[in-house]
Amino acid sequence: MKILRSALVPIIAVVLALLAGALLIQLSGSSPLEAYSALFEGSFVGWERFGTTLEKATPLIMGGLAVAFAFKGGLFNIGGQGQLLFGALIAGAAGYGFTGLPWIIHMPLALLLGAAAGAAWGAIPGVLKATRGAHEVITTIMLNFVAANAAEWLCTKVWRKPGDILVRTPMIEGSAEIPTFGNIPLGFLIAVAFALGVWYLLQKTTFGFEVRSVGLNPSAASYAGISTKRIVILTMAISGFLAGIGGSIETLGVLGRYEPGFNAGLGFDGITIALLARTNPIAVIPSAVLIASMDASASLMQFKAGVAPEITDVIEALILLFVATPIIVRWFFKSRQGEEISFGANWGSS
Amino acid sequence: MNNQQAPLALEAVGICKSFGPLVANDTVNLQVEKGQIHALLGENGAGKSTLVNILFGLYKADEGEVRVAGKKVEMNSPHDAIEHKIGMVHQHFQLVPVLTVTENIVLGDEPTKKGGVLDFEKAAQEVEELGKRYGLEVDPRAVVEDLPIGYQQRVEILRSLYRQADVLILDEPTAVLTPQETDHLLEVLRSLTAEGVSIIFITHKLREVLAIADKVTVMRRGEVVGATDPKETNEEGLAEMMVGRSVVLRIAKSQATPGNTVLSIKELNVLDDRNQSALKDFSLDVKEGEIFGIAGVEGNGQRELVEAITGLRPIVSGSILMGEKEMSGCSAREISEEGISHIPENREKHGLVGPHSVADNLVLNRYFHSPFAARGIRQTEAINEEASHLVEKFDVRTASIHNPARTLSGGNKQKVIAARELSHDSSLLLAAQPTRGIDVGSIEFIHQQLVNERDAGVAVLLVSAELDEILSLSDRVGVIYQGKLVAIAPTDEFTRIQIGQLMTSGNS
Repeated sequence: MKILRSALVPIIAVVLALLAGALLIQLSGSSPLEAYSALFEGSFVGWERFGTTLEKATPLIMGGLAVAFAFKGGLFNIGGQGQLLFGALIAGAAGYGFTGLPWIIHMPLALLLGAAAGAAWGAIPGVLKATRGAHEVITTIMLNFVAANAAEWLCTKVWRKPGDILVRTPMIEGSAEIPTFGNIPLGFLIAVAFALGVWYLLQKTTFGFEVRSVGLNPSAASYAGISTKRIVILTMAISGFLAGIGGSIETLGVLGRYEPGFNAGLGFDGITIALLARTNPIAVIPSAVLIASMDASASLMQFKAGVAPEITDVIEALILLFVATPIIVRWFFKSRQGEEISFGANWGSS
Repeated sequence: MNNQQAPLALEAVGICKSFGPLVANDTVNLQVEKGQIHALLGENGAGKSTLVNILFGLYKADEGEVRVAGKKVEMNSPHDAIEHKIGMVHQHFQLVPVLTVTENIVLGDEPTKKGGVLDFEKAAQEVEELGKRYGLEVDPRAVVEDLPIGYQQRVEILRSLYRQADVLILDEPTAVLTPQETDHLLEVLRSLTAEGVSIIFITHKLREVLAIADKVTVMRRGEVVGATDPKETNEEGLAEMMVGRSVVLRIAKSQATPGNTVLSIKELNVLDDRNQSALKDFSLDVKEGEIFGIAGVEGNGQRELVEAITGLRPIVSGSILMGEKEMSGCSAREISEEGISHIPENREKHGLVGPHSVADNLVLNRYFHSPFAARGIRQTEAINEEASHLVEKFDVRTASIHNPARTLSGGNKQKVIAARELSHDSSLLLAAQPTRGIDVGSIEFIHQQLVNERDAGVAVLLVSAELDEILSLSDRVGVIYQGKLVAIAPTDEFTRIQIGQLMTSGNS
């Protein structure tokens, strides 16, 4: 009952978005029914397509977890993009840089180095917030640009294979690859494991309790002896860690190397997904699969129903709009009254 | 019609108002005569504010009607209320801090010269005259945010008078005032009634009701439980009407037997949020087995003192000793573990994580201790067991320990905090405004707990703006004025008047 109630707003939002999308498809002269059946077929019918959907869902789950975890701690991490990108780059470098290691060591090492890079990148805004009071929304946005350009420089000047005309790292060693079993990517299973792990961390551990307390009421948390500065830094670092894992899996399990621009927008989709999941780590999984299914089937939809692939972007945006609207309204209303706003309090209620 | 009765200025007839399942007003009747001071008495959540908000047009009644001078009127907005010459001073002032006194007063009804040009000069003169006439002098050109809170209240009252209010509703007006300011306000209200203004005066302070009201209506759980002439009753009688049972207004306590010094503060200097000096060479000793009360008008360094002791605010210089141990520079966690319990002044903001369950809030300062946690994993069973035990012991009224703490009433929230802090093994208890805004029954309970702690040998530092609370509980009293302790003495060596003077001027 409780689960059903908290899922109500997201489900209504998805239904409304699909209805509005149907109207748009109708207006553009195609059949909504055909389009949506192609959408379903393109993402779920057949193991191969299903596998592709899961593969696309993987970085979205990690990006969604990163944003959701930060929300729980009362922080709005818009820097998932930069953290994910750094994770992908460092995982790529570690994937080709270390040679002669067995898979059981090389793959996890590359994965964790990528995650550590994401964590370090995420910790920067955390430290800035804890020590200087800089708002994380501003700093994470700025660091996204720094990450993109720093990665490009590293790719061009440091890690590019001599003679390669494209800006990218060399292919990773086979021992660093994250394999796909049949059609099910191992990376997806790793992401699911992280979703469960994040849920456990938040709900069952004293550390998770501290994070949630700081997210819901930082002053009461500090009065209770919790160091809010420490929690802010750790929350951002863990958030970056999760995004970094997403980037690493993309490099090690899908692309086999780091190329700038591969992940345009992945980090931002994390915000959509975290909101759709109402910051619940478990709910991040179906939310990510939903968004991934639209990406996966956009081309089939165009082929079969003649619908422009951009329509899926519109539907995604509408979902976000419908999910976020009551929250935004409440947030705006509260802030007008001069109350202290905690994102965690409003968005972490599931 | 009863011929002896003065004409009615304002009347509420059969008012009903529900918020979801909560019935805030159930067939409430209120009759305010012309020139009468009508006290509306009741605990928090009794429905007083709902009623006056309906009278002022902020809420719409589900049933019933409002009559002004005997005629039924539609109150759909404050605008209607103002049209009918009703004014209201809210508990939280509705002033624009950056505007001047005059600008605030004329806001919504600005005087203009020809061509629509604002004419503040004329308005300022009117405000000045109005202030002189009613003993509410305030500089019409001063910016509101620079004024002390008592003067801001004057601005609020003047605003209603400027609009020629016949009925003035005051929601807990004395909560923010010093004893002297309170006395002055009561005088002002008297002089207003002499000119035919009727006053509805919301309060939970029994003494004020007896001092000034011509009539008192008592509310409990959304219903009017009685209307009486204050001359025919006393504090105990009113308290009993309010709570529905007899209450002990003054906790009986034995002579204190102070022991060793637990807390010793020496020449402490602390800054406030704006980096201004808040405590100046502040020294204080609190001994085990005594309640030391700090009396003072709010904003004289009390908050900074409590935060400095608990490690929440850095200190500039000086020392804070717990027993022999220097605590300045320690983290809040270290200090709490050293044995300091703290009932914070702002329970919503600092005392509770509202969305957390009652159980989680009850262990908020101990969640990491065994048996509530083992190797970093929370032990839900142990937490729930402790929570159930505390809820019973401290009589916290909640349907479940799993309900969010924010759903509790003010008194029950305070009981949750008290339960948590008092079950924390400590040698010093800091209680800041421990009974602010809670019901009489809960006040009685909290006061008893403080005395129990004292009798168990705990050093209790009580910070309160309620002089009655300080006087009835403390064994020794210190008066804080502008960040300095201006007087310390055993409680019985002070009179109420002396403390009041020390609080407002620093000398008696």
